[in-house]
Amino acid sequence: MTVELEPRPATTLPPVDPLAEAIADVEGLPEPRLDLAIEPEAKAKELTIVNWSGDFDKVLPVLILSSTAAASGVTCRVFITFWGLLPFVKDQRRVVGENVMQKMMSFMQRPGIDHVKLSKMQFMGMGPWMMKKLMKQYNIATPRELLDAAMAMGVEFIPCQMTMDMFGLKPDDMIEGLGEPAGAATVIELITNGDGALFI
Amino acid sequence: MTVNQISQQVDARGLSCPMPIVRTAQAIKSLPSGALVEVLATDAGSVKDFAAWSRATGNELVESSTDGAVYRFVIRRK
Repeated sequence: MTVELEPRPATTLPPVDPLAEAIADVEGLPEPRLDLAIEPEAKAKELTIVNWSGDFDKVLPVLILSSTAAASGVTCRVFITFWGLLPFVKDQRRVVGENVMQKMMSFMQRPGIDHVKLSKMQFMGMGPWMMKKLMKQYNIATPRELLDAAMAMGVEFIPCQMTMDMFGLKPDDMIEGLGEPAGAATVIELITNGDGALFI
Repeated sequence: MTVNQISQQVDARGLSCPMPIVRTAQAIKSLPSGALVEVLATDAGSVKDFAAWSRATGNELVESSTDGAVYRFVIRRK
Protein backbone atom coordinates (compact mmCIF):
# COMPACT_ATOMS: atom_id res chain seq x y z
CA MET A 1 0.00 0.00 0.00
CA THR A 2 1.32 3.42 -0.81
CA VAL A 3 0.54 6.55 1.10
CA GLU A 4 0.07 9.72 -0.81
CA LEU A 5 1.96 12.50 0.84
CA GLU A 6 0.55 15.96 0.57
CA PRO A 7 3.02 18.31 -1.02
CA ARG A 8 4.62 20.51 1.60
CA PRO A 9 4.03 24.20 1.25
CA ALA A 10 7.25 26.06 0.60
CA THR A 11 8.46 27.79 3.78
CA THR A 12 11.02 30.47 4.26
CA LEU A 13 13.42 29.86 7.15
CA PRO A 14 13.69 32.60 9.79
CA PRO A 15 17.03 34.43 9.92
CA VAL A 16 19.62 32.74 12.17
CA ASP A 17 20.79 34.65 15.28
CA PRO A 18 23.37 32.47 17.12
CA LEU A 19 23.50 34.64 20.26
CA ALA A 20 19.72 34.79 20.70
CA GLU A 21 19.52 31.04 20.18
CA ALA A 22 22.20 30.38 22.78
CA ILE A 23 20.41 32.57 25.34
CA ALA A 24 17.10 30.88 24.60
CA ASP A 25 18.73 27.47 25.05
CA VAL A 26 20.12 28.33 28.48
CA GLU A 27 16.92 30.02 29.63
CA GLY A 28 14.90 27.02 28.55
CA LEU A 29 16.85 24.66 30.80
CA PRO A 30 15.11 23.62 33.99
CA GLU A 31 16.66 24.48 37.36
CA PRO A 32 19.01 21.73 38.53
CA ARG A 33 17.07 19.40 40.85
CA LEU A 34 19.13 18.85 43.97
CA ASP A 35 16.60 16.42 45.43
CA LEU A 36 17.13 14.04 42.51
CA ALA A 37 20.79 13.71 43.39
CA ILE A 38 19.87 12.00 46.66
CA GLU A 39 19.50 8.27 46.21
CA PRO A 40 15.89 7.18 46.43
CA GLU A 41 15.02 4.94 49.36
CA ALA A 42 14.86 1.26 48.55
CA LYS A 43 11.39 0.05 47.63
CA ALA A 44 9.67 -1.79 50.47
CA LYS A 45 9.56 -5.56 50.08
CA GLU A 46 6.16 -7.06 49.42
CA LEU A 47 4.65 -10.20 50.93
CA THR A 48 1.35 -11.72 49.83
CA ILE A 49 -0.40 -14.31 51.97
CA VAL A 50 -3.43 -16.26 50.78
CA ASN A 51 -5.51 -17.02 53.85
CA TRP A 52 -7.59 -19.96 52.69
CA SER A 53 -8.40 -22.29 55.57
CA GLY A 54 -10.08 -20.25 58.28
CA ASP A 55 -8.99 -22.81 60.90
CA PHE A 56 -7.73 -21.48 64.21
CA ASP A 57 -4.34 -23.16 63.81
CA LYS A 58 -3.85 -21.68 60.34
CA VAL A 59 -5.35 -18.22 60.88
CA LEU A 60 -2.97 -17.79 63.84
CA PRO A 61 0.25 -18.08 61.76
CA VAL A 62 -1.30 -15.90 59.04
CA LEU A 63 -1.86 -13.14 61.59
CA ILE A 64 1.52 -13.66 63.29
CA LEU A 65 3.45 -13.54 60.02
CA SER A 66 1.49 -10.65 58.50
CA SER A 67 1.79 -8.42 61.58
CA THR A 68 5.51 -9.24 61.88
CA ALA A 69 6.03 -8.50 58.18
CA ALA A 70 4.35 -5.11 58.59
CA ALA A 71 6.43 -4.47 61.73
CA SER A 72 9.56 -5.24 59.69
CA GLY A 73 8.72 -2.65 57.05
CA VAL A 74 7.37 -5.18 54.56
CA THR A 75 4.22 -4.23 52.65
CA CYS A 76 1.93 -7.13 53.50
CA ARG A 77 -1.36 -8.05 51.87
CA VAL A 78 -3.55 -10.96 52.92
CA PHE A 79 -6.03 -12.28 50.38
CA ILE A 80 -8.87 -13.79 52.39
CA THR A 81 -10.69 -16.46 50.45
CA PHE A 82 -12.97 -19.49 50.85
CA TRP A 83 -13.12 -20.69 54.49
CA GLY A 84 -10.54 -18.02 55.23
CA LEU A 85 -13.18 -15.36 54.67
CA LEU A 86 -15.32 -16.44 57.63
CA PRO A 87 -13.05 -15.18 60.46
CA PHE A 88 -13.40 -11.72 58.91
CA VAL A 89 -17.17 -11.67 59.27
CA LYS A 90 -18.38 -9.56 62.20
CA ASP A 91 -18.50 -11.67 65.37
CA GLN A 92 -22.06 -10.63 66.14
CA ARG A 93 -23.33 -12.16 62.90
CA ARG A 94 -24.72 -15.58 63.75
CA VAL A 95 -26.30 -16.52 60.44
CA VAL A 96 -25.22 -14.95 57.18
CA GLY A 97 -26.18 -15.51 53.56
CA GLU A 98 -29.06 -14.78 51.29
CA ASN A 99 -30.57 -18.17 50.61
CA VAL A 100 -31.34 -21.20 52.79
CA MET A 101 -28.20 -23.12 51.83
CA GLN A 102 -25.88 -20.19 52.56
CA LYS A 103 -27.61 -19.66 55.88
CA MET A 104 -27.29 -23.34 56.76
CA MET A 105 -23.59 -23.26 55.94
CA SER A 106 -22.95 -20.30 58.21
CA PHE A 107 -24.91 -22.12 60.94
CA MET A 108 -22.64 -25.15 60.61
CA GLN A 109 -19.47 -23.05 60.58
CA ARG A 110 -20.01 -20.03 62.80
CA PRO A 111 -18.21 -17.00 61.33
CA GLY A 112 -16.12 -14.43 63.22
CA ILE A 113 -12.56 -14.20 64.55
CA ASP A 114 -13.61 -15.31 68.05
CA HIS A 115 -15.20 -18.48 66.67
CA VAL A 116 -12.35 -19.98 64.64
CA LYS A 117 -12.02 -23.73 65.18
CA LEU A 118 -9.04 -26.08 65.34
CA SER A 119 -8.44 -28.14 62.21
CA LYS A 120 -7.87 -31.24 64.37
CA MET A 121 -8.29 -32.42 67.95
CA GLN A 122 -11.85 -31.22 68.33
CA PHE A 123 -12.84 -34.07 70.69
CA MET A 124 -16.23 -32.50 71.31
CA GLY A 125 -14.66 -29.23 72.40
CA MET A 126 -11.89 -30.74 74.58
CA GLY A 127 -9.11 -29.85 72.13
CA PRO A 128 -10.04 -26.18 71.77
CA TRP A 129 -10.54 -25.90 75.54
CA MET A 130 -7.06 -27.29 76.25
CA MET A 131 -5.55 -25.13 73.51
CA LYS A 132 -7.15 -22.00 74.97
CA LYS A 133 -5.83 -22.92 78.43
CA LEU A 134 -2.30 -23.49 77.11
CA MET A 135 -2.33 -20.25 75.15
CA LYS A 136 -3.39 -18.33 78.21
CA GLN A 137 -0.76 -20.07 80.34
CA TYR A 138 1.99 -19.09 77.91
CA ASN A 139 0.50 -15.67 77.28
CA ILE A 140 0.12 -16.23 73.57
CA ALA A 141 -1.84 -13.53 71.80
CA THR A 142 -5.39 -14.48 70.76
CA PRO A 143 -6.48 -14.31 67.11
CA ARG A 144 -8.43 -11.14 67.94
CA GLU A 145 -5.40 -9.43 69.52
CA LEU A 146 -3.24 -10.43 66.56
CA LEU A 147 -5.83 -9.22 64.06
CA ASP A 148 -6.02 -5.84 65.82
CA ALA A 149 -2.21 -5.61 65.81
CA ALA A 150 -2.01 -6.58 62.12
CA MET A 151 -4.57 -3.94 61.17
CA ALA A 152 -2.87 -1.29 63.32
CA MET A 153 0.44 -2.09 61.60
CA GLY A 154 -1.16 -1.54 58.19
CA VAL A 155 -1.64 -5.08 56.88
CA GLU A 156 -4.17 -4.96 54.05
CA PHE A 157 -6.81 -7.70 54.06
CA ILE A 158 -8.37 -8.20 50.63
CA PRO A 159 -11.61 -10.22 50.53
CA CYS A 160 -12.28 -12.57 47.62
CA GLN A 161 -15.34 -11.29 45.75
CA MET A 162 -16.23 -14.70 44.32
CA THR A 163 -16.32 -16.36 47.76
CA MET A 164 -18.29 -13.46 49.21
CA ASP A 165 -20.90 -14.06 46.50
CA MET A 166 -20.92 -17.80 47.10
CA PHE A 167 -21.44 -17.42 50.86
CA GLY A 168 -23.94 -14.61 50.26
CA LEU A 169 -21.79 -12.17 52.25
CA LYS A 170 -22.38 -8.46 51.87
CA PRO A 171 -19.78 -5.76 52.65
CA ASP A 172 -21.83 -4.92 55.75
CA ASP A 173 -21.35 -8.49 57.08
CA MET A 174 -17.57 -8.02 57.11
CA ILE A 175 -15.49 -6.31 59.80
CA GLU A 176 -14.43 -2.69 59.32
CA GLY A 177 -11.13 -1.80 57.68
CA LEU A 178 -10.86 -4.46 54.99
CA GLY A 179 -9.58 -3.62 51.52
CA GLU A 180 -11.65 -3.56 48.33
CA PRO A 181 -12.83 -7.06 47.34
CA ALA A 182 -10.85 -8.47 44.41
CA GLY A 183 -10.23 -11.62 42.42
CA ALA A 184 -7.60 -14.12 41.32
CA ALA A 185 -5.92 -11.82 38.80
CA THR A 186 -5.18 -9.30 41.55
CA VAL A 187 -3.58 -12.00 43.69
CA ILE A 188 -1.50 -13.32 40.81
CA GLU A 189 -0.23 -9.83 40.05
CA LEU A 190 0.67 -9.25 43.71
CA ILE A 191 2.45 -12.62 43.95
CA THR A 192 4.41 -12.35 40.70
CA ASN A 193 5.46 -8.74 41.35
CA GLY A 194 6.20 -9.29 45.04
CA ASP A 195 9.06 -10.73 47.04
CA GLY A 196 7.29 -13.61 48.75
CA ALA A 197 4.04 -15.49 48.84
CA LEU A 198 2.37 -17.96 51.20
CA PHE A 199 -0.77 -20.08 50.84
CA ILE A 200 -2.07 -20.99 54.28
CA MET B 1 27.83 13.85 69.45
CA THR B 2 24.86 11.70 70.27
CA VAL B 3 23.32 11.62 73.67
CA ASN B 4 22.66 8.03 74.61
CA GLN B 5 19.42 8.55 76.42
CA ILE B 6 16.52 6.13 76.23
CA SER B 7 13.54 7.92 74.66
CA GLN B 8 11.05 5.15 75.23
CA GLN B 9 10.77 1.85 77.00
CA VAL B 10 8.77 -1.12 75.74
CA ASP B 11 7.89 -3.63 78.44
CA ALA B 12 7.21 -6.82 76.53
CA ARG B 13 7.87 -9.12 79.49
CA GLY B 14 5.45 -12.02 79.50
CA LEU B 15 4.45 -11.43 75.88
CA SER B 16 5.06 -14.11 73.28
CA CYS B 17 6.00 -13.95 69.61
CA PRO B 18 5.28 -11.73 67.68
CA MET B 19 4.08 -9.15 70.21
CA PRO B 20 7.51 -7.92 71.45
CA ILE B 21 8.45 -7.05 67.85
CA VAL B 22 5.02 -5.61 67.01
CA ARG B 23 4.99 -3.42 70.15
CA THR B 24 8.53 -2.23 69.45
CA ALA B 25 7.71 -1.38 65.84
CA GLN B 26 4.67 0.58 66.99
CA ALA B 27 6.71 2.44 69.62
CA ILE B 28 9.62 3.32 67.34
CA LYS B 29 7.33 4.77 64.63
CA SER B 30 6.54 7.86 66.69
CA LEU B 31 10.18 8.63 67.54
CA PRO B 32 12.66 10.81 65.63
CA SER B 33 15.64 9.32 63.81
CA GLY B 34 18.48 8.48 66.20
CA ALA B 35 16.24 8.01 69.23
CA LEU B 36 16.89 5.04 71.49
CA VAL B 37 14.27 2.48 72.54
CA GLU B 38 14.79 -0.03 75.31
CA VAL B 39 12.88 -3.31 75.12
CA LEU B 40 12.50 -5.80 77.95
CA ALA B 41 11.29 -9.27 76.98
CA THR B 42 11.09 -12.77 78.38
CA ASP B 43 10.52 -14.60 75.09
CA ALA B 44 13.73 -16.56 74.41
CA GLY B 45 13.07 -16.39 70.66
CA SER B 46 13.30 -12.61 70.77
CA VAL B 47 17.14 -12.70 70.81
CA LYS B 48 17.27 -13.98 67.24
CA ASP B 49 14.12 -12.09 66.27
CA PHE B 50 15.36 -8.65 67.31
CA ALA B 51 18.62 -9.22 65.41
CA ALA B 52 16.66 -10.21 62.28
CA TRP B 53 14.18 -7.39 62.69
CA SER B 54 16.99 -4.84 62.99
CA ARG B 55 18.59 -6.16 59.80
CA ALA B 56 15.24 -6.01 57.98
CA THR B 57 14.31 -2.51 59.09
CA GLY B 58 17.75 -0.89 59.24
CA ASN B 59 17.26 0.16 62.85
CA GLU B 60 20.48 -0.40 64.79
CA LEU B 61 20.55 -3.01 67.55
CA VAL B 62 22.84 -1.19 69.96
CA GLU B 63 22.60 -3.73 72.75
CA SER B 64 21.34 -7.27 73.21
CA SER B 65 21.89 -8.58 76.70
CA THR B 66 20.30 -10.87 79.22
CA ASP B 67 19.77 -10.59 82.94
CA GLY B 68 18.51 -13.91 84.20
CA ALA B 69 15.28 -14.60 82.36
CA VAL B 70 14.89 -11.05 81.07
CA TYR B 71 16.30 -10.01 77.72
CA ARG B 72 17.21 -6.38 77.15
CA PHE B 73 17.47 -4.79 73.75
CA VAL B 74 18.43 -1.21 72.93
CA ILE B 75 17.58 -0.05 69.44
CA ARG B 76 18.51 3.17 67.69
CA ARG B 77 15.90 4.35 65.20
CA LYS B 78 17.12 4.63 61.63
